[in-house]
Amino acid sequence: MAILEIKGVTKSFGGVKAVDDVSVKVEKNTLLGIIGPNGSGKTTLVNIITGFIKPDKGSVLFKGKELIGLPPYTITNLGIGRAFQMVKPFFHLPAFKNLIVPLSSRRVRSTSGGGYGDKDAIALDILEEVGFERDSSVPYKTASVLPHGYLKRLELARLISLKSEIFILDELFSGISIAELTSILPIIEKILFEGNTVIMIEHRLKELFRVANKVIVLNFGKKIKEGAPKDILEDEEVKKAYLGVEV
Amino acid sequence: MKNRENYRKERIDRCIKARSDDIYALSSYKEMWYLIFPRVVPIIGIAILAYFLPLYWKKVVITTCIVAMLAVSWDFLSSCGLLSLGQALFFGIGSYTAGCLNHYFHVPIYLTIPIATICGGFISTILLLPVIRLRGIYFAMVTLILPLMLARGIEATHIFGGNEGITGLSPFPNVWVELTFIIAGMWAALFALRRFISSDYGLIFVSIRDNDRATMASGINIYSFKAQALFIGSSICAFCGAFMTHSYMFTGIPVFTMEFSILPIAASAIGGIGTLAGPLLGAFILVPLSEILREFGTLRVVFYGLVLVVCVVALPEGIFHYLSRKYNEMERWVRLE
Repeated sequence: MAILEIKGVTKSFGGVKAVDDVSVKVEKNTLLGIIGPNGSGKTTLVNIITGFIKPDKGSVLFKGKELIGLPPYTITNLGIGRAFQMVKPFFHLPAFKNLIVPLSSRRVRSTSGGGYGDKDAIALDILEEVGFERDSSVPYKTASVLPHGYLKRLELARLISLKSEIFILDELFSGISIAELTSILPIIEKILFEGNTVIMIEHRLKELFRVANKVIVLNFGKKIKEGAPKDILEDEEVKKAYLGVEV
Repeated sequence: MKNRENYRKERIDRCIKARSDDIYALSSYKEMWYLIFPRVVPIIGIAILAYFLPLYWKKVVITTCIVAMLAVSWDFLSSCGLLSLGQALFFGIGSYTAGCLNHYFHVPIYLTIPIATICGGFISTILLLPVIRLRGIYFAMVTLILPLMLARGIEATHIFGGNEGITGLSPFPNVWVELTFIIAGMWAALFALRRFISSDYGLIFVSIRDNDRATMASGINIYSFKAQALFIGSSICAFCGAFMTHSYMFTGIPVFTMEFSILPIAASAIGGIGTLAGPLLGAFILVPLSEILREFGTLRVVFYGLVLVVCVVALPEGIFHYLSRKYNEMERWVRLE
């Protein structure tokens, strides 16, 4: 059974149809890539899944449970973690204190047997997992002074600390160097290896296609193609959407 | 002097600050004194000042403490992302609750103040619950309008004494009790909130100010937390209102004046927003200053405004931020590599 099922989701902003009748099934423990040109409705789709935007039509089922109408924090507590495209750390707090907030959520408290235990230690463990050097001063630095690559890792750490079952990564690779990227990819592979499901919105197609099981292509809010990565690359319509060839 | 072109100013923590950050602070009296000094000196200083001043200035200290508590509460709310322009609302509700209990039900003073503190916080939270989803300036506008509405409502419907208010409420036994009570309340509010906001639970409140969407995406019900913050903040204001009602033996429409909303914000701006102690410091500068300037008659506002402008221009970060930086950090010139 599909862990996440999106059925006929539609959302208009004024006259613009940001997402137009998109349906997709996400199987458990797979990586779904969502690609498309700018403004094709990828982030809106994620916002709908995570409850930040209410769609006009359609339904989103997580393990058979309807998500539409639930507030974002309830959806997060159900196990759908979401990283933001524009990194949103808590800039005033040290990096490891950033994780105290997700560690205080209902989901973590109920799965780890109450709110006891040293949250700071757990936070430092998770940060080490995503590449914050434990013995350095990096995890203790205020988030506002951290470089962009670390902030992306921090977003990932937030989802790991939430013990999410579905990781939705919105352009995680944008604005980071190849060196950073090659060190983050294994983390995503590890997340998959542990039995979780990943949905990635990405513009770095080469890296995405290396890990993706299935890719959907959006253009002007419509799903124009769904399939395995190698089929997508050869599709004429996708090429047109990306390269802007005249029809 | 060396050529400063190749040097840059570096600011680092003092050694003693690093040493006293941890349990090792207990290792010597010097470290302990370093920690205790900035806390004990104001406590003892204000106590001595308050008890030895003439009666008129004792009353000034009481007013200062009230404004200081309002400012601390304002700063707490703003730390939680709730920008409030209506401390007068919380203040007024506390004041009327205490006044009505005392006047209509003859509840003694030692019960009215605690009841008004809790109920005032509760009523304020319920009133603002529908708009708790609003952010920033929109929330601020609602809090600005509500006290004005309540004041006009009481004036028009003549409830709770209408325009004249309620007079002849039970006073405090004497001015010493009054002073001790409000000073103790002020320090309790300050230190409790400072501790609370730096705890793991308090971090969640700060994170809402930093980024409410990320807090939601961390599985936190931000509306429940905002309501809790509102209750804590407004309870403190309601306590002030209840206290002032008994201190003046009067409650009426003046408790909803803008002054109680604006003064705390001015005090916070001067003292340093986000520190909780800063607004208290600001209040202890602004309110006595306004009393001292009384001698200038009409020019009072001019000088008062001048001091405000100078403070804001010279120390935009706030006095407390400046002082704590000087106390905790040192500057040195380092050569550029």
